[in-house]
Amino acid sequence: MRVHVDAEKCQGHNRCYSLAPELFDVDDLGNAVELNDGNVPEGLEHKARLAVANCPEYAITISE
Amino acid sequence: MTVNRHPPVTDFATDFDHTDPTWVNNPFPIWDELRATCPIAHSDRYGGTWLPVTHEHVSAIAYDTDNFTSRAVVVSEVRPGPLDLPAPIGVAPPITSDPPFHAMARRLLLPAFAPRKVDALEPFTRQLCNDLLDALEGKDIVDAAVEYAQHIPLRVIAKMLGFPTEDADYFRHVIHLILEEGITATEDDDERLVEGQALDAYFDNQIADHVANPRDDLTTFLLEAELDGNNLMHEHVRGTMLLILVAGIDTTWSAIGSALWHLAHNPEDLKRLAAEPDLMPFAIEEMLRAYAPVTMARLVAQDVEIAGCPMKEGDWVLLPFPAANRDPEFFDRADEVIIDREENRHAAFGLGIHRCLGSNLARMELRVAVEEWVKRFPDFELADPSAVTWAAGQVRGPRSIPVRLPGRSS
Repeated sequence: MRVHVDAEKCQGHNRCYSLAPELFDVDDLGNAVELNDGNVPEGLEHKARLAVANCPEYAITISE
Repeated sequence: MTVNRHPPVTDFATDFDHTDPTWVNNPFPIWDELRATCPIAHSDRYGGTWLPVTHEHVSAIAYDTDNFTSRAVVVSEVRPGPLDLPAPIGVAPPITSDPPFHAMARRLLLPAFAPRKVDALEPFTRQLCNDLLDALEGKDIVDAAVEYAQHIPLRVIAKMLGFPTEDADYFRHVIHLILEEGITATEDDDERLVEGQALDAYFDNQIADHVANPRDDLTTFLLEAELDGNNLMHEHVRGTMLLILVAGIDTTWSAIGSALWHLAHNPEDLKRLAAEPDLMPFAIEEMLRAYAPVTMARLVAQDVEIAGCPMKEGDWVLLPFPAANRDPEFFDRADEVIIDREENRHAAFGLGIHRCLGSNLARMELRVAVEEWVKRFPDFELADPSAVTWAAGQVRGPRSIPVRLPGRSS
């Protein structure tokens, strides 16, 4: 599983970073970036789905 | 508390007014009814105002910066005049700015409110909350809004800007004038003019003091900041100070107050939160969804039709994010507060390019304030539900919450 942040859509709500700091980081402006090229380590799939489901801007997608 | 000087509303679909006491006390049934019958309402008040109440329409307008300008974001009898800074800057950049200037003004401020900067303020905030709680110990009845919630953002923002903490009463006064009294003031209101000049003079003094003694705070940051190789215009610095004072205090105070008010009359939620602190991040987002404090506004930039409604250039549009957050088409069990709600795509901090600049700060203050209160008083309760009062205007939160603190055995 991989996560991807669309930088055009991200407005820096930081919901993904709060919910899954193992999968996302934030830059100096507070916008989200995926860690580890977006690869989701085993056991963190639920957190990845939570990040997708809580982004107010629909900026995060998952590819299996 | 109400500043309404308008006739009472009898039909919210055709004549709504967000300062009407019915709306101020409980706007949710109004929005529910409109959502089912007339998802975009119109009122002739304030020279013509529209009110979308579904998540679909609120977000569509928030994203549409071509047809809707942010030049004015607080609905009042007075539209921006020729003496105000011209679009796209506006009087309080970047909240009152439109593209393309908006992105530059916002980019400048974003680093000061990014998560790591905000995390550094957490120990200060936690200490502040504990000092306030210490002062409540031993009392039977206290006001959670007046004696606790309001002081937290006032002092955090004063610290960030590097303004004297002793001036907190003055900030409260200014915020009340702008967000509540300002709604029904008219253009030739002398008192408003004098207050505006006094506030400019206050900012000028702070700026002069920071020029003479630069320090590690947001005021010095603004004075040293550059846009296109030039320092910010003096009016830009003052405008941003105004924005941070007005947008950073009343809003967070309201969010903290609403969360404590909820816990004060929902003992099962309070008990669960005290026993399961891991729920806190979800509970905080749910409080933000269910009791989102901020309704924004736009002016129609050019004639446009939205969902069949003919909006004319210069009309006001209220953007009630709190109503979008209660839309049952968008949220499961939208009218219930579910403190362990895991999927919560709420819009409490707005949507699109104007996402609340201070959202990380507000969320940190809200979480720390609730955590420390619940730790200290895990069994408090509402003392007198009828004594709870709500702020009128576009920022909604309780202004008085009398609660009983059970005596503790020692």
